[in-house]
Amino acid sequence: MDKNEEAAVESQKTERTYVCHVEDKPGVLNRVASLFRRRSFNIVSLNVGRTHEEGVSRMTIVTHADTDTAKRIEANLYKLVNVLRVDEITDMPRVVRNLALIKVMAGPDERAQVLQICEVFRARVVDVAPKCLMLEISGTQEKIEGLISVLEPFGISESVQTGAIAMTRGTEASEKPILRSVRPKKNFEAA
Amino acid sequence: MTAAEPITDHSIPDRRGQTLTGAEILWESLVRERVRVVFGYPGGAIMPAYDALPKYPIRHVLTRHEQGASHMADGYARASNGDVGVALATSGPGATNLVTGIATAMLDSIPTVFITGQVPSPLIGSDAFQETDITGVTLPITKHNYLVTTPDGIAPAIKEAFYIARSGRPGPVVIDITKDAQQKSAVFEWDEEDVELPGYRPDHSPMPSDIEHALKLIREAERPVVLAGNGIVKSNATGALLSFVTRTDIPVACTLLGLGGFPATHPQNMGMMGMHGEAWVNTAIQEADLLIALGMRFDDRVTGNLNSYAKNAKKIHVELDPAEVNKNVKVDVAIIGDVRDVLTRLHQELDEHSRVHWQDRIRALRGDAAVRDIKNLPDNGHLYAAHVIHDLYRLTEGRALVVTDVGQHQMWEAQYYKHDHARKLLTSGGLGTMGFALPAAIGARFACPEDDVWVIAGDGGFQMTACELTTCFQESAKVNIAIINNGYLGMVRQWQQFFYGGRYVATPMVSPDFVKLAEAHGLTGLRVDKREDVGPAVRQAQATKGTVVIDFRVEQEDSVYPMVPAGADLADMIRRPATKGESHNPIFETAED
Repeated sequence: MDKNEEAAVESQKTERTYVCHVEDKPGVLNRVASLFRRRSFNIVSLNVGRTHEEGVSRMTIVTHADTDTAKRIEANLYKLVNVLRVDEITDMPRVVRNLALIKVMAGPDERAQVLQICEVFRARVVDVAPKCLMLEISGTQEKIEGLISVLEPFGISESVQTGAIAMTRGTEASEKPILRSVRPKKNFEAA
Repeated sequence: MTAAEPITDHSIPDRRGQTLTGAEILWESLVRERVRVVFGYPGGAIMPAYDALPKYPIRHVLTRHEQGASHMADGYARASNGDVGVALATSGPGATNLVTGIATAMLDSIPTVFITGQVPSPLIGSDAFQETDITGVTLPITKHNYLVTTPDGIAPAIKEAFYIARSGRPGPVVIDITKDAQQKSAVFEWDEEDVELPGYRPDHSPMPSDIEHALKLIREAERPVVLAGNGIVKSNATGALLSFVTRTDIPVACTLLGLGGFPATHPQNMGMMGMHGEAWVNTAIQEADLLIALGMRFDDRVTGNLNSYAKNAKKIHVELDPAEVNKNVKVDVAIIGDVRDVLTRLHQELDEHSRVHWQDRIRALRGDAAVRDIKNLPDNGHLYAAHVIHDLYRLTEGRALVVTDVGQHQMWEAQYYKHDHARKLLTSGGLGTMGFALPAAIGARFACPEDDVWVIAGDGGFQMTACELTTCFQESAKVNIAIINNGYLGMVRQWQQFFYGGRYVATPMVSPDFVKLAEAHGLTGLRVDKREDVGPAVRQAQATKGTVVIDFRVEQEDSVYPMVPAGADLADMIRRPATKGESHNPIFETAED
């Protein structure tokens, strides 16, 4: 592939968000991560946590892929035995949130200024120390990056982000329980 | 010591509800999964399981290396119709030695279950003696895997593993069982209908709209070609394919693993496609206006350069695994479902059709292009691999169960041995595992005790697993072994000749005296270096009770033609150089065959 072709392929890739329900069993995160690695699928972020349903974990996976790759990601996720359901929600009405903790250098002289910025961004102060503040902010990636950029002049000593979690709006997607027992018709198929 | 008596009675008393050791639960479960034979090698962490084995009606085949056990389980599964092959090994090195065989089974979708011992659960993660994280190691090369640390976890894991291995697109499953789980006791429970796999969806029903779309493309096509793959064999779709193509008059090309899925001698069978496929087959694919891909996955060895592959053709892809669709080749219609079902449905909707022009065109391609005619050649004193394989084909009347290794001889086998039946050619297609043939043939012997089993292997690959000759002897597993001995790692040498300026680096190979090697194992060894001796040697091998090794000393620097270089356009085939005097090149190409 020459440079132009590479650029053309790259330009077809867009950011895509998957919600992936999996069985809450040891090693499942490893299976999903290993799948992305060995198929050379890119991961922008991957978040995993519990749901209200016992035995079901929920992953939010953000990836960069073209349309065909996106379909193959979904098909490959379904091949993992512990994966219960995969929904690509990129084009659906949805809420996407990242959570970030940011420790910003702010002594008594800068504190008021930082607090003002927090108000604009709806960030919360969760720890105050003589020379620094710890802020908590949730929102889209852009919002968090915006806050970070205005805080940078004060000096950021630490920051951490969760990666996106996402949910579609409304009720159409998920009224049935995820974990439903699918029994094979017959385990023994005569040879 | 020779083989144990064959086990004829496979019934066991019903011990459900009783308290058994984990080791006993393992065998109880395997018997209930209809396991008749396991291939294995004992060691520390699997000893409790071995200790319980004599109580159960399962034959154990002791291999000389765990890799051998893995290929035997694979060969057993390939040769039988849907049975799961089982291999058993200890922890650590025992388990890691299975890895090549597991990957081999994965790439060719072979239903297999690999059971490994693991260090006692309190020691996991401590770098204990012979500890390897084998579930971690095999995660990317298995359909699924299990680590079982309690005796009550064994029966559910076995039941799920067999179900996963044999359903949908089949594949290997590893079950790693800690030593303490084998030793401790639990109540044995077994309900064969009860498999809790809420996320597992092995079966897919084709969408009617996709079927309709495919029918439209087939009706409109003037130059269609069927590409028949491993899926034809897996879903027993030979009959359905025959009906479909006879009615529609569509020519058939086979992948390597599809050989035998459609009768080789059927007039509509063009032969093998791809890197070492027939020239006219590749040309026909490039000229086609419709490809109907059945249970194949457009491997790079089949397509060559994707940018120039079958550019004029619309593509229908019938495939059980949705993840294979649009992976390499973008298709117009994908029908996700069982190949046999889909073919049956398509067949019902289509009318008789004859394609005189297209068939004439293919006949013309066949005439112009290479046809190997080795039948009518005078014997000029040289022995060629093609001679050996063609003669073997004639002498066995095309009915042998042939297991190949990997390399030149594998491609020659595919070109010269015409398989009319599925599961009579076993070959490592996807992974290309040298050393596969002998152990896989031993496995196949247990699946098909009545068959005339032939190993065709190169001198290189044969030596990778030659230790299993002793297994043939100890387990009375008779196979006939044709070593195509050219003194080189032939396929690598061929690439060096074509693409690396003829620099034969690390390919000239010295071998032991294979006749003496056979004799040292208590077997029969023969040597053939003239074509006239091929027949008598084959007949002697067939008549001998035990395994026979035949060392065929063939022309050293012969190459497999035609050849599409890796990544090249399918039309850019390297052809056999023009004949300059018959003694130089007796395998000339004519339109006779």
